[in-house]
Amino acid sequence: MRTLEQTTQEVLDLAAKHFQMPAGSLAPGDDFFKKLGIDSLQTLEMLSRLENHFGIELPDYEVQGVSDFKTLAERIQSRL
Amino acid sequence: MLDLSKYQSIGEALRDALIQYSNEVCLIEADREREKERLTYRDFKEHAHPLSKALQEGGFSAGARVSIIMTNQSKWLISGYAIFFVGGVLVPLDYKLTPDEHWQLLKHSNATVLITEYPIWRQLSASAGPAAAPSVQTVLVTEAPANADLAGAQRWEEFRGAGEPVFIARKRQDTACIVYSSGTGGRPKGCMMTHENYLEQCVALTSIYPFWPGVRYLSILPTNHAIDFMVGFFGPFTCGATVVHLRTLRPEYVRESFTKYKITYVSLVPLVLKNLQQGLQARFDALPPGRRKVFNALVRINKALTKSRPRLGISRRLLKQVHEAFGGELRAIIVGGAFTEPQTLQFFYDLGIPVANGYGLTEAGTAITVNDLKPFRADTVGKPLPGMEVRIVNPASDGVGEVSVRSKTVMAGYLNEPKLTAETIVDGWLLTGDLGRFDEAGHLKLAGRKKNMIVTEEGKNIYPEDIETVFESLAVKEFCVFAANYIWPKRSMAGEKLVLVLHLEPGQKYSEELRQDVNARNNRLLNYKRVHGAVLLDEDFPRTASLKIKRNVLAERLAKLDSAAAILPL
Repeated sequence: MRTLEQTTQEVLDLAAKHFQMPAGSLAPGDDFFKKLGIDSLQTLEMLSRLENHFGIELPDYEVQGVSDFKTLAERIQSRL
Repeated sequence: MLDLSKYQSIGEALRDALIQYSNEVCLIEADREREKERLTYRDFKEHAHPLSKALQEGGFSAGARVSIIMTNQSKWLISGYAIFFVGGVLVPLDYKLTPDEHWQLLKHSNATVLITEYPIWRQLSASAGPAAAPSVQTVLVTEAPANADLAGAQRWEEFRGAGEPVFIARKRQDTACIVYSSGTGGRPKGCMMTHENYLEQCVALTSIYPFWPGVRYLSILPTNHAIDFMVGFFGPFTCGATVVHLRTLRPEYVRESFTKYKITYVSLVPLVLKNLQQGLQARFDALPPGRRKVFNALVRINKALTKSRPRLGISRRLLKQVHEAFGGELRAIIVGGAFTEPQTLQFFYDLGIPVANGYGLTEAGTAITVNDLKPFRADTVGKPLPGMEVRIVNPASDGVGEVSVRSKTVMAGYLNEPKLTAETIVDGWLLTGDLGRFDEAGHLKLAGRKKNMIVTEEGKNIYPEDIETVFESLAVKEFCVFAANYIWPKRSMAGEKLVLVLHLEPGQKYSEELRQDVNARNNRLLNYKRVHGAVLLDEDFPRTASLKIKRNVLAERLAKLDSAAAILPL
């Protein structure tokens, strides 16, 4: 079982890779809309990648209103 | 299609539609690759009537207000119909608002019943709670887990009365819905839409984009949105068509649904349309040079053959692979909610997929103009719909002035706002606050806004006043939020942004600390509501005797600044 810290790190790594950001350039408290310069559609695409990576299903309502990596990681962790 | 001229209310028309089309499929609901539900019009009625009956047994009276806060799904429409059947007024709210915003609008609308989904209710009950809107007496929650704490709510699935409910008649001029066009800040704008507004709009729209049994409409825009309520509920239902709901809007499942359900129409906001365009363009660019050459030639042929009007049969044969990716039966993409760039519209039309581009606002009963495709024009928002009188008020020498409209689809007014209503509807003409002109062919061309607001590519109306609360107590002398286009008008509605105007204390600098504070507050707003930059003004804001900022005077002063240099990045 992953710890929340591990999950958070994997979320950051995956987001950085998906949006071609330098490794280590993202932090848990970062607002992903702003930091990645993405819109709500691109966020949904990122979620699909995360679901595949973690082997979970994350309903859209679980991420409604979430805009930082830390909270996103917490929502993922609760479904692992 | 039902002859809607014979009907007095939405409920009456829907009631007859459920009988007339009883064996047709009205709803399909899918979650990812799984189809969850498929209902005929008869099934739909059997689901809705027990809910109507239970409402009546609970003492529901005609004209009582019921709010729905749900994602797009069958229970949204079932609840909506059940409310109309018992003479209720529907208050559809955007499920993407925050819990505090929901409570504020529930209070403002004086809703007595709330119908929502369990995940939304979990957040609502954990925030301000029902005390924030004392009028709400009954809360019905769908899909709650077996052991869930319902915090005083009842299960929608168990809220059923036995026996047939009594249909409650309404008149055409009665309020059918209260639709919030904006205003989660200080001044909610609840548009009171009458039954007549919807009946007339439905006749006008379906005369250009018809529905019939067998048509499948993919409902992606939120149903609370005026467009989806019309073309994803009332329109198709009065014609016996099918509405497809998806419980996730992940692009891969949306794409799949086109082929799986052979979609006929879909409505999208410009952001999604642009995303689709980019995806398709990337695939075309990746074609091997030889195939790409052939493909481009086919597009050119299609373009020539569809110059005067769409020819779906020809386009589907010429560009088979593209059309098959959309299920092969797509007749048009309806785009609305915000301004769409002509280049995007042209891209799809050249592929043989007409885009029903138009212009409208909730206050006008959704659409005012629509492109009738005779011929397709990417550079305009089309011609006025049947029954719409549109005129340009105080046109300048180039013909540009404020767009105003008179029609049976114009709202009755703003809830609890007689003064604002009188300012907005003058002598029966709705002043839209948008600028435009007609060309020689009678097409409307938009040219910016007169009002201080923006519409995002996602179709969200953002009023500066609504987001100012987040900057309250900011360590500056005074501040104000503006739509950049309002200060520095440009003849376009693309790329609209908000700016935060700051008047610093004497000797104060725009320090890194202040910038960070502005950023932190800005980040508390939903991403689409955020301000884009800061503008410094070293003078007192003009104010009224009651100390309200005179925004128009302030905007005139700001206009003297060079926008490119004045807007500091956050």
